Amino acid sequence: MLLHRPLSVLLSVLASLALAGAALAADLTALVGNLTSGGLSEREAAITALAASGEERAAPILEALGAGQLYIRNSDKLAVIGKVDGNKLALTEAVSGKPAGSAVEADLERVRVNNRLRGTIEAAVGSLTLMSPNARTRLSAADALFKRRDATAMAALDQALAAEKDPRIKRAMSEARAAIVLATADSPPAQKLEAIAVVRERGDRDSLGVLKTVAAASTGEVKAAATAGADSIEQALAAWQMAQNVWYGISLGSVLLLAAIGLAITFGTMGVINMAHGEMVMLGAYTTFVVQEVIRTSAPHLFDVSLLIALPLAFVVSGAIGILIERTIIRFLYGRPLDTLLATWGLSLVLQQAVRSIFGSSNREVGAPSWMSGAFQLGQLNITYGRLWIVVFALIVFVSLILVLRKTPLGLYMRAVTQNRPMAAAVGIRTPRVDALTFGLGSGIAGLAGVALSQIDNVSPNLGQGYIIDSFMVVVFGGVGNLFGTLIGALTLGVVNKFLEPYAGAVLGKILVLVFIILFIQRRPRGLFALKGRSVE
Amino acid sequence: MVTRFLWQGMSHTLRLFVLLVLAIGILVPLSNLLLPVDSAFRMPSWAVQLVGKYLCYASLALAVDLVWGYCGILTLGHAAFFALGGYCMGMYLMRQIGTRGVYGNPILPDFMVFLNYKELPWFWHGFDSFWFAAPMIVLVPSVLALALGWFAFRSRVTGVYLSIITQAMTFALLLAFFRNDMGLGGNNGMTDFKDILGYSVQSDTTRAVLCFVSALALAIFLVISAAIVGSRFGKALTAVRDAESRMRFLGYRVERYKLFVFVLSAAMAGIAGALYVPQVGIINPGEFSPGNSIEAVLWVAVGGRGTLIGPVIGAFLVNFGKTWLTGALPEVWLFALGALFIVVTLLLPKGVVGLWNQFMNRSRERRAKAAA
Repeated sequence: MLLHRPLSVLLSVLASLALAGAALAADLTALVGNLTSGGLSEREAAITALAASGEERAAPILEALGAGQLYIRNSDKLAVIGKVDGNKLALTEAVSGKPAGSAVEADLERVRVNNRLRGTIEAAVGSLTLMSPNARTRLSAADALFKRRDATAMAALDQALAAEKDPRIKRAMSEARAAIVLATADSPPAQKLEAIAVVRERGDRDSLGVLKTVAAASTGEVKAAATAGADSIEQALAAWQMAQNVWYGISLGSVLLLAAIGLAITFGTMGVINMAHGEMVMLGAYTTFVVQEVIRTSAPHLFDVSLLIALPLAFVVSGAIGILIERTIIRFLYGRPLDTLLATWGLSLVLQQAVRSIFGSSNREVGAPSWMSGAFQLGQLNITYGRLWIVVFALIVFVSLILVLRKTPLGLYMRAVTQNRPMAAAVGIRTPRVDALTFGLGSGIAGLAGVALSQIDNVSPNLGQGYIIDSFMVVVFGGVGNLFGTLIGALTLGVVNKFLEPYAGAVLGKILVLVFIILFIQRRPRGLFALKGRSVE
Repeated sequence: MVTRFLWQGMSHTLRLFVLLVLAIGILVPLSNLLLPVDSAFRMPSWAVQLVGKYLCYASLALAVDLVWGYCGILTLGHAAFFALGGYCMGMYLMRQIGTRGVYGNPILPDFMVFLNYKELPWFWHGFDSFWFAAPMIVLVPSVLALALGWFAFRSRVTGVYLSIITQAMTFALLLAFFRNDMGLGGNNGMTDFKDILGYSVQSDTTRAVLCFVSALALAIFLVISAAIVGSRFGKALTAVRDAESRMRFLGYRVERYKLFVFVLSAAMAGIAGALYVPQVGIINPGEFSPGNSIEAVLWVAVGGRGTLIGPVIGAFLVNFGKTWLTGALPEVWLFALGALFIVVTLLLPKGVVGLWNQFMNRSRERRAKAAA
């Protein structure tokens, strides 16, 4: 018996639902009939009635009407919804939602609407979608309502608010309700104050607009509350703007860091001016391009991991070319930094032209894997996954480089050779080998940077040239021979650049930063964090 | 008096070389103007223009050599001074167009009309007169060099750091001149020149005169440089190059030496640029690109740094190669240029002149041995 009771209740509910359904279907036909007959003013009443019916089919019918897709079929006067399908229209029955064949437009008569009706329809659809079973639809309906502040939707909104379970949507709905309350001139001040608190809580640019309108239109306590709310939102928004700038700055800084960190090794610890460093970055980017091409043609399902495959390859390609350069050119020029500068500049021209001959001078397309595309919202911050990953990647590279230098034998040898070459040689370190490996390491890291930069920059033979001056600036600014200086330098320059941009424009901002560094080097010729030592030159 | 003094201060070879430069500057344009069109010895007009261009490049190379070869300051931004001089000349030439521009505005150059300028920006005033523009050609680059040098040399920024700073300077200027609201023509630069001092820049006579003036300027620069290098001051300069700290400990104000030669060199580069612009007929921000400055350094390296003849020879050799290769095998040019950088630094640190001296010394020794 105890078991039977719920069952019987369920059955009776189902039965009543079926009955109600039949009754409503009949109603709906009549309502749609009103919609398609009569003049434009009667049509408005019909739309409101249809919206008030609470029917599930009401929303698609009204949407179709608003979009000019509701037709009367000439043959049987049936109301249908027609969607373009080739040069015919695919029809569905308006009332039942069942497919109803297809027809050309000449066999149909469109139900006409004017702009005023479109407004009514939009409001009606907005309130209908509030009850939709789909959570996303409800949320966007609430947001739309917040922006439109349509008082006629109040009843529907209250109903939806009572039924809503999801706290996020519930909040969006109560915000919309508050906005409507504020938009209605004759709502009582107590309600308005409450509403102001709700809108203030929301705190985005739209809420600021709402509160500003209220502050302008009302008096007394309400005006004060609205003004205070608007001010606090404005402050919060300014803070978010600041945070956004900092984020952009960090993002730019991480790019600079990636480009400069290899240079910090070759220039910073070895004292070799490698003007071809940018070309190592470029080679890394082209390696990524080649890897993606191979994957596209032979194993498309691997596309999402293409960058992970490209990373070690780019490191090896750039590193190997770096070692080759060190063995054939740079080792003859130790102690002649200015000559090294010229020779490596020549080398950069050769590498650029070689890449241009092989791959052509136009930009190459490097795609983003799915986990790097898209964005998410953090408060009022808009963060793209691509940028986020580059920041993370730059930090990973930085930390691993520090670990290599501090914890591995190679790092130990490198530091020994940097600090005192003859002594290191005397205790049995093969300094030429260490030189070659250090240069290879720096170049290989440039290759890694190339993989990351291929995601945000044009992959062309000139890719590296754009970074070389910036990279030198970062290394010199941060202090030569100090990796932490490079980190701080890169981030500082990135953030400063982004903060200057709104005031001075991108190009002028960059010029100002260059001038700033030129002046800074005069003050502190050895950079922010100079290595302390006693050598004169 | 002074000329004679300068003349006697120069070595025999250099005297011959200055005469050679002047001879080129006279004979090349004259052959174009006087000889009949079908004569085998007549230089075609484009060749006169080309020689004039090379002479300007040679002056720039000499300017670079003065600071790099004799004072050890590797400047990677000298093309900026060259371009600034060129822009001053360009502004003068723009004002000379007058109503003959596309928009026929008597005061505003075409690009300003196009960019909706209502009146001339303040720094354009005065450039309608050559006698205002001429000192500006020298002053603008010199003042920039003075400012940069004063800061840099005083705080003892040397070597590679200085190179990078000068490169950043020319890069910043490149970015700045690309901006349309600089009021200097933006990325299109200035072109379509009509007159210089009332003579058409297109005519053969004007080109011939410009070519001669470029040669004259180069000759004067050579004489001035020789006087400086040969003087006590020049010896101190070379000493600064070779042992800066020691010079400082000996009580020399190293930064003043450097600053003087840097500013002088910038002024020379500015004049060279000003002569260059009417001959090629255009000036645009591309002249500021860091690559141009480094190329000028290469001319010096190829010819032989620390000699006065070397940069001139280097500028002619490299640019002749460039003209020929970019015409015949454009793909190869950058390979050749890049390889040249590497080969010169690795194998020919003293350049062509150094090679020649070595060769002469050897043959002299051989002769001495044979005589003994």
